[in-house]
Amino acid sequence: MSIDVVVNGERAALDVPGSRRLLDVLREDLGLTGTKEGCGEGECGACSVLVDGAVVDSCLVPVAQVAGRSVRTVEGLAGPGGRLSVLQRAFLETGGAQCGICTPGMLIAGVAFLESGAAATDEAIREAIAGNLCRCTGYTKIVEAIALAAERGAGPDAGAGHEAGAGAEDAGADESAGPDDGAEPTYPPGSR
Amino acid sequence: MIGLEPLLVSPTSLTEAYTLLAPTHGADDGAGPWRPIAGGTDVMVQLAAAAGEAESSTAETPSGPGRLLDLWGLDELRGIGLSEDGRELVLGALTTYTEIRRSPLCATHLPALAEAAATIGAAQIQNRGTLGGNVVNASPAGDTLPVLLAADARIVLGSARGERSVAAVDFWPAYRRTVRADDELVLRLRIPLPTRREMRFRKVGTRRAQAISKVVVALAWREDGGVWRDVRLAFGSVAATPIRAHETEAVLEGAAPRQTVADHAVAVLGRELQPIDDIRSTAAYRSAVAGRVLHRLLRDAGGW
Repeated sequence: MSIDVVVNGERAALDVPGSRRLLDVLREDLGLTGTKEGCGEGECGACSVLVDGAVVDSCLVPVAQVAGRSVRTVEGLAGPGGRLSVLQRAFLETGGAQCGICTPGMLIAGVAFLESGAAATDEAIREAIAGNLCRCTGYTKIVEAIALAAERGAGPDAGAGHEAGAGAEDAGADESAGPDDGAEPTYPPGSR
Repeated sequence: MIGLEPLLVSPTSLTEAYTLLAPTHGADDGAGPWRPIAGGTDVMVQLAAAAGEAESSTAETPSGPGRLLDLWGLDELRGIGLSEDGRELVLGALTTYTEIRRSPLCATHLPALAEAAATIGAAQIQNRGTLGGNVVNASPAGDTLPVLLAADARIVLGSARGERSVAAVDFWPAYRRTVRADDELVLRLRIPLPTRREMRFRKVGTRRAQAISKVVVALAWREDGGVWRDVRLAFGSVAATPIRAHETEAVLEGAAPRQTVADHAVAVLGRELQPIDDIRSTAAYRSAVAGRVLHRLLRDAGGW
């Protein structure tokens, strides 16, 4: 059975059993290992992806149900040349990522929230990531990261949540760049 | 990863689904009954658990469902609307909790259902979990089920044999059982909208999101000349099925929400409910909390 799906903007024709978990197809068949398995039962949110823009736990989605739909994973967040999105950079700046296991899911939940256009109040952000467990940060820095990204205009009008406006692309050094020595962080590392 | 990958078939119409479910395609070919799957928030967890059991056991035959009937593409089962006469709210079985939360019709006519939907899981679960799934999964902790009981909801089942509608109060005859036959699907829910009905919803769990209820309560009534009529008091997580507390309802029927009435109702409720100890809570806690929640709802309604 062939399942046609768009993953991070690219078409894929999957020849896999329809009851296979979307999570396993992403990781094992498509090599997109950024999406993590935590609990495998819809409690922890580590495997969160966007399906047609809605955040879901990919461990609970039989792959047949994404036929004809668009899936976005953490690998799809960075822009051309691996330029990190506003939200990813905000996570780096605030210390919103520590061990990293929850981070892909937190980013995806954060993107779903930012793209919803909802006002980025503390309470709204906390509700938006209530389905994502983190055992390192105590959540505060993650909430700060999402609020920071919202403040910087990562919202429904910012396309994929990349730098608002084209200016950032040609600006070279950017004062708000990442925490290290001025080189802008990219994904995968060194991909520029 | 999951070791068991059962056959999954995705019908594109209700008629096709009925044909697959009809007994001639059923148990006699040895594959067992179809397991309908919608948003997967319960079925996929159960599949994973079955796969885990199969891996760790020497048994030849796995215990998971042999084949899945994927309902997700059946748009006939989606949507929220009013019946033609405007007296019923009608929700398709595939209506997600997110859709319920965003629905202006639910906000106007049955806000308690939107409140219940908001307490289930978090965004990931609310985007996938469905009202019909909550109904057929038949968990005593299903958070929308007390609302459906208190609202006198009817559950419409369909099969190649035709449609029938069952009152929510008759739908869950025993622990994790429903009156749905193997060839039937839940199509929609019909919720009558009597004038001046009030409803309140409360869920008590370990945290606001992602918690399975310790106690869940829905209370409905119509105020009529200073007293309550058509009182419905429904609970989840305090019995083998979602239940109505008929004896306590009788105390409140025809009464006003005064303190003496509330005290009496709570005393009766304490005798009527027989919760159990389990991994999520204790019988004593559940009894105490159920009474406190009821008392508080009556106090708020009575304004004392």
